[in-house]
Formats: sequence, C-alpha cells, structure tokens
Amino acid sequence: MAKWLRETGPESDIVISSRIRIARNLAETPFPYLLDEQQGEEITNRVYQAIIEGNEGLKNEFQLLLMKKLDKIERLNYIENHLISPDLAKNTTKGSMLINQEETISLLVNEEDHLRIQCLLPGLQLDETYGIADKIDDLIEEKLSYAFDEELGYLTSCPTNLGTGIRASVMMHLPVLNMTGYINGIFQASSQIGITIRGLYGEGTEFLGNIFQISNQVTLGITEEEIIKNLKDVATQIIQKERLLRENLFKDKRIELEDRIFRSYGLLRNARIMTTNEAMKLISDVKLGITLGLLNEVTLEKMNQLIPFIQIGHLQKKYNSELTEAERDFRRAEVIRNML
Amino acid sequence: MLCDECKKRNAVVHMTKSINGVKEEINLCEVCAKGREGGGIEHHFSIPNFLAGLLESNIHPQININYQSGGSCQRCGTSFNQFKQRGRLGCDECYEVFREKITPLIRRVHGSTGHIGKVPQRTGGTIKLKRQVKQLKVKLKEAIEREAFEEAAKIRDEIKGIEKEINEV
Repeated sequence: MAKWLRETGPESDIVISSRIRIARNLAETPFPYLLDEQQGEEITNRVYQAIIEGNEGLKNEFQLLLMKKLDKIERLNYIENHLISPDLAKNTTKGSMLINQEETISLLVNEEDHLRIQCLLPGLQLDETYGIADKIDDLIEEKLSYAFDEELGYLTSCPTNLGTGIRASVMMHLPVLNMTGYINGIFQASSQIGITIRGLYGEGTEFLGNIFQISNQVTLGITEEEIIKNLKDVATQIIQKERLLRENLFKDKRIELEDRIFRSYGLLRNARIMTTNEAMKLISDVKLGITLGLLNEVTLEKMNQLIPFIQIGHLQKKYNSELTEAERDFRRAEVIRNML
Repeated sequence: MLCDECKKRNAVVHMTKSINGVKEEINLCEVCAKGREGGGIEHHFSIPNFLAGLLESNIHPQININYQSGGSCQRCGTSFNQFKQRGRLGCDECYEVFREKITPLIRRVHGSTGHIGKVPQRTGGTIKLKRQVKQLKVKLKEAIEREAFEEAAKIRDEIKGIEKEINEV
C-alpha cells in the first residue's frame, strides 16, 4: 500500500498528501511520442540502468513495471493510488514505471516526457518530497545527459513545463470551505498568483469528497525553492482558513454537525448500495468528525484508504471481475462495511 | 453556465444549431457533449491545442510567411507547422531551431523566458559560473555608483577569476 495511505503526515486534519513531479528528457533524443516501441524500450532500459548503477542498493528497492505487461485493472489501481498518471497508463506500447517498495517514489518513463520523477508523501511535506525527488534527479543525471538549455532550463515536450520542470501539489480536504462557499474566493485568488486547483483525480474530475489538489502553474523564471515555498504558503493559508471555519461551525452548530457526522457514519456502516459520489460525501463527513474529535471509533488513515478502495479499479481487482454498475455499488457498500 | 443536459456540470461546449433558419443554442458539459448523438465533439479542449491557438494569434502576418517556409528540425523532422498543430515539440533540438518563433509563446505561458532554477550537476558546465559573473556584474555596477571603489576593485578581480575559470573549461 502506498505510504500516503498507510500513514498520515503533518497537518493531517486537512492535508492528505504532498507530491512533487519533475519532468526530464534525455538529450539528443526525440520525445516519447515520436519513438517506436523499440526505441521506447531503450529509454526504459537506460533509465533503469542509471538508477541501479548510480546506487547498487536501489536495485532491490525499485521494481520495473511495463505498461504492456499490466492489465487494465492493475493500471487503474496505480492511477487510483496516485502512483501513475492516466496518460502513462494509456501508453501500453512504450510506457513503463519504476516504483520503490515504500511506494513513495515512482519514475514514469515515456509518458509525455522521457522521464517524470514523482515523489508522494503523506501530509504537508513539500520540502521533504522535493528533497527526495531532487536526489533521484541527481542520481540519474550522473549517468544520463538531460535535455537542457541555458536560457530555457530543462526542455520538455510541452512548453508549459519548461524551466524547472517541476509541478508541486498538495491534496487537501476542505469540507467547510466548500460548504460555506468561501472556496470560490480561494479559486479566484489562487488563479491570480499562478496556482491551479483541481479535483481528486486531476483535470476534469469534480471535487469529490471535498478534496482539492492545489499546484503551481508556472515552471520557468522561478527557482525550485520559490515554487515550493509559494505553494506551501498558499497551502498554509488555506489550512488556517479551513481550521477557523471548522472551529466556528463546531461552536455555533455543534448539534447539527454531530447529527450529520453520525448519520453519515451510520450510513457508511450499514448501507447495502453505495455510489462513489455518495460514499465520497459520507467519507468527507466522517473525516471531519474525526478531526473535530467527535468520532473516535475510526482512524483518519482508514478513511483515507477508503478513498481509492471504493474506486472502480480497486473494486474490480478485489472481486476479480469486470463489475456492472449495480454490482459495483453493492460491492462498494460491502467494502466500506468491512473496513468500518 | 450549467450544462443543458445534466444541469450539474459547467457547460464548456457551446453550439448553435440552425435548422431551416430556426436557431437553437445548446450548451453542454464535456461529458454530455461526448455522449451526444451525432458523434459528439472530438475536437475537445486540450493544452496543446490551446497553445497552438495562442501561437497563431501571436504571429505577425508578415512573419507568418517566413514560418511557412521556415524549415524543420534536423534531428526529429518536426516542422513548425507540426508544432503548431500538436502544441508539442519533437526533441531538444527543436527548441534551438524554433527558438525565436516560440519565445513569445513561452513568455505568455510563464511570464518569463529565463531559467533561474536548478542546473544539471555534471553537464551543466559553466552555467553556474556564468550566473555568478552576471550577479557580480550587477554588484560591481552598484559599487561604482556608490563610489565604493575599493569594493568595486575586489569584485572586478573576482569576476576576472571566474571568467578565467570559464575559459579554462
């Protein structure tokens, strides 16, 4: 299980996880979409060699997985655990991944760029996350020459990732900011300072379970440290706002709040049919209840684990079959009841 | 604006249907638009498309003529027109070949065209030193303006030292 699911980290009442993704390409080599299967394989091998030659110990740490060798359900599971991107999963000819045992580091090979170094930790730990990703980056660079330009920085397939090639993001649970509508103000302010906000599973997904992913937009003309500090500052401000609103709600509407949380908990523990949307909403209520100290019977870790566990890929893997929608809703309720 | 069909998600596709002179406006979200009869809309929004659009609007008509004939990348064969269609370059060499043409686009996206972040340790070569020289030259100018000539002389020597180092590499 990925570390962000096993454990909670700093500011876990609000922050679920922190992630860094560094885009890199090899010098003098066409970008992945121009390569054939064999050339793609070569890139995979070069990256793999660079990792294990750079540090012998990592040979046992990292596992190499080719997208073409994984079935659809397996790939979907990795997406739902945020260890690979949908784009990589789709690339069943050239795409591959290197993943460490802890499931904190995943190297995505032949996605949009030759290499995406991803590091994912529980809670608000952007500096730590960047530190790890940066070390892996150095390790690989010892063996492989990166596409780099003095003026434009690290060169990427899409000009939106030029420069540092860094995308930092923080996954936050913001039920009260969303409930009160204050989240709209945050949306507006964020877009003005180069911060994007997306849902749980990235672009185009709704804000299921009041989960918001905030990340930097600009990658060029700014240092890595600045990118991380900016995002951390924004995240910290959002945390403070959410906490304040939670406190107020707790003071002013204690009974209503308790009622809602325990109703949701009751539904999760007893319902026989459950859609993803409903489950995510109820999980959000219970998470809020736990962090306010109203509910002690269940842990935050367990509730975080439920988030991927109730998604299609996880259900299909657990029950070892392609489930119909009705079957999924039934199985989902079962998974939740068993967990709680 | 909410989607006409599901009334839940935001409408991102806006169409005007005109049958026998009767106009009907339809606003759909991406999900409903895709699922709609008649094949839906394939040309949905994507970052590369969007970038390519920005590029078009940025080109001066006169220069545009040059671009049409303006070559392609020797290494990967990507032409500038292909880049315009895909919104993606083909390899590192493309950035060299199309540098002038894509600089305005890069400035639009990032508000800057100068990398100040990390430099590769092994292959970064003299970039770090060059950056140091740049910073020192600013300091030198300041010192001279302040008439702190002793300090300026020190900085000048420092610059000379680093420049020598660069030349040796």
